[in-house]
Amino acid sequence: MTRKFAGVAVALALALAACGSDPAAAPQEGAGSGAATIEIGSLYEPQNLDNTAGGGQGVTETFNGNVYEGLYRLTDAGQVENLLAESEKVSDDGLTYTFELRQGVTFHSGKALTAADVKHSIERVSAEDSQSARKSQLQVIKSVTAPDEHTVVVKLSSRSISLLYNLSYVWIVNADVKDLTTGEDGTGPYKLGSWKRGSTLSLEPFPGYWGPKPANGGVVFHYFTEATALNNALITGAVDVVTSEQSPDALAQFTGNPDYKVAEGHSTTKLLLAFNDRKAPFDKPLVRKAVSSAIDDAKLLESIWAGHGSLIGSMVPPTDPWYEDLTKVNPYDVELAKKQLAEAGYAGGFRFTLDTPNYDPHPTVATFVKSELAKVGITVDINVITADEWYSKVFKKRDFAATLQEHVNDRDVVWYGNPDFYWGYDNKQVTGWVEQAERAKTAEEQTELLKKANRQIAEDAASDWLYLYPQIVVASSKLSGYPVNGLNSQFYAYGIKKG
Amino acid sequence: MARYLLRRTAFLLGSLLLAASLLFVLLRLLPGDPANALLSIGATPEQIAAARRQTGSDLPLPEQFGAWLGGLARLDLGTSYVSKLPVGGEIAARLVVTVPLTLLAFALAVVVAVPVGFLAAHRAQRWYGPLLSGFAQLGIAVPVFWIGMLLVTVFALRLRLLPAGGFPREDWAEPGRALAALTLPVVTIALVMSASLIRYVRSATLDVLGSDHLRTARALGESFAGAMWRHGLRNAAGPVIAVLGIELATTFLGAVVVESVFALPGLGTLLIEGISEHDYPVIQGVLAVSTFAVLVIGFAADVAQRLVDPRLRTRLGRS
Repeated sequence: MTRKFAGVAVALALALAACGSDPAAAPQEGAGSGAATIEIGSLYEPQNLDNTAGGGQGVTETFNGNVYEGLYRLTDAGQVENLLAESEKVSDDGLTYTFELRQGVTFHSGKALTAADVKHSIERVSAEDSQSARKSQLQVIKSVTAPDEHTVVVKLSSRSISLLYNLSYVWIVNADVKDLTTGEDGTGPYKLGSWKRGSTLSLEPFPGYWGPKPANGGVVFHYFTEATALNNALITGAVDVVTSEQSPDALAQFTGNPDYKVAEGHSTTKLLLAFNDRKAPFDKPLVRKAVSSAIDDAKLLESIWAGHGSLIGSMVPPTDPWYEDLTKVNPYDVELAKKQLAEAGYAGGFRFTLDTPNYDPHPTVATFVKSELAKVGITVDINVITADEWYSKVFKKRDFAATLQEHVNDRDVVWYGNPDFYWGYDNKQVTGWVEQAERAKTAEEQTELLKKANRQIAEDAASDWLYLYPQIVVASSKLSGYPVNGLNSQFYAYGIKKG
Repeated sequence: MARYLLRRTAFLLGSLLLAASLLFVLLRLLPGDPANALLSIGATPEQIAAARRQTGSDLPLPEQFGAWLGGLARLDLGTSYVSKLPVGGEIAARLVVTVPLTLLAFALAVVVAVPVGFLAAHRAQRWYGPLLSGFAQLGIAVPVFWIGMLLVTVFALRLRLLPAGGFPREDWAEPGRALAALTLPVVTIALVMSASLIRYVRSATLDVLGSDHLRTARALGESFAGAMWRHGLRNAAGPVIAVLGIELATTFLGAVVVESVFALPGLGTLLIEGISEHDYPVIQGVLAVSTFAVLVIGFAADVAQRLVDPRLRTRLGRS
């Protein structure tokens, strides 16, 4: 027996030695030098590498501006800047745009950028099988031509003041590469190193980049499915920065700790209680207003985000040019809510089913909404569904009374101008304003019209805009130069420095 | 033995076919559409139709089923709807993590559980006998993710001895780093697994210790160790091997929780991703491979039992 135990002891000792000999804490090579690799932690892994094939939020975060560039760039402050388009000329009727391309730009494969690539890239987004979220905005494009190597002419069917902004989402890709779902060929400061699905994606500096070299020696995105594991990685130094914190609970361990910086920027993600405006009882604006006034948004935000985030009162977040504070339009006022319900013929309240996505924060919010509405006599049945069912039931079939959903994009108030959208808000005036705004000659005109639309949807309580998410980036205090606003989930990595 | 092996292999293939068909049907009963994973809010009807074409969810079910079985027969698990990568390759990449994780945990659990379980039985009268049994009971009661989080807090966050999670990008190119990444997950699984193993080893040992043949062997002048070695262990091993097979299979399937706590890119996390994206080829592929692994483990345990215990090889023992 003794010999057997000795054997066990040796095996255990060996196992422990194997663990102890290599702590492998943080892969911090060359800390302090400008060429260090930046380790980025994120919850959003790309589904694939093509944003026109369902790559999702993850590929936008990883590739926008880093691997692929557009003719224009949306800065972290929300400004549209020239990038691969050096200049543009607009015809007097606003229907013809002539873009002059930047010269000396090469793809990662070594091929020089030509007007034909740009034509291909724009047409790829509006192609029949494109899954791009921007497809419908680019429907206004009638034709794209390339009269010479460095000139692209875009003809529109009607004026589109958002064209340059929308083009900032169009990746310029090499026209010769057919499949971009598992590889890339862009013009950005980084090229794809390797993608280990379920774990990491690395970007390496592209030596032939036309612009300034990245401030770091490359970046590695580390993907997590669990927020706790992600925060642990930041604490142990396995990652240097977390692109977007999704719960305030974890922040306590970083706030006030000199080793970390917590930045709260502007997000564009709104949490909506979206009514089906086609069906009773929510076809009546008064009922929708009553529901909006019966829910204490401030208390909800405090309980979910502990003081982070903000109230908006309508669809437009502060980073959109047509923002105004509309939180007073449907104030929290239980008595007012009861009065409005009585006026609408629902003095005794009513009952409805709330389709609730099964991931955070929706179930918690649904419970809160249920208890708030109980106070005015409305009974809520919570129906928890998966994201997938949400698409089938709510988005495609419109088979719902009300639902909770987060809307992440900026400038998306324009959906209220589309009566065919899932929530079915149909106000001819708003539809008209949104259309006119797109055809506006000046930015001021566009802003004025969209402000009107935004005010009107608040007056009609087209939906109940519960709150605007905070955008919280936590980083090691050694790090600088990272974006804090993360507009549309972009995360430009080329300015990040360690030490 | 040869006929037995042949029969057992036929049974294995039959089970696999049955499992594959069940999987296919059950997945299709879930509400929703795999095409949804490709859409974003604001998708147009044409985009929805294109997504359905792309994922093949517009094809009739028998056609989808035929394609899946045909692929399986050629060992081709298809292409992910979402990532567009071959499922076989994705699974192989994840097995690099999950297989060592499972086997190391299993080995550690056996190395701990066998002597401890034996001691708990042999020294049941001493003070530490009941203590060891008590530890085993506790280990069974505590959820595995909690043990994982506890180990992370102590060894990764406080003591900074080991990484809190993740796996090296270079896989096993630097075995030291890969082992370090697996240490806490391995210990987590091994703790839970050894807790239940200890109980089985203990009761098997108790049975043997109280048996007539052991007493007779001692009476004939064998030392305790000698009697145990020659007559005791083999008898105790039978039931323990059966349990080991089940435990190994459970660990392989249960790795999903531990992988998620430790952010390991293993088979379990691939399955979760597949389910959340409604990616049928990935879900089917992972489950088919897991089913296969479980069946093979069961098969191996059966064979091992027959090797250890000659009685199972007789006509009588088979009944």
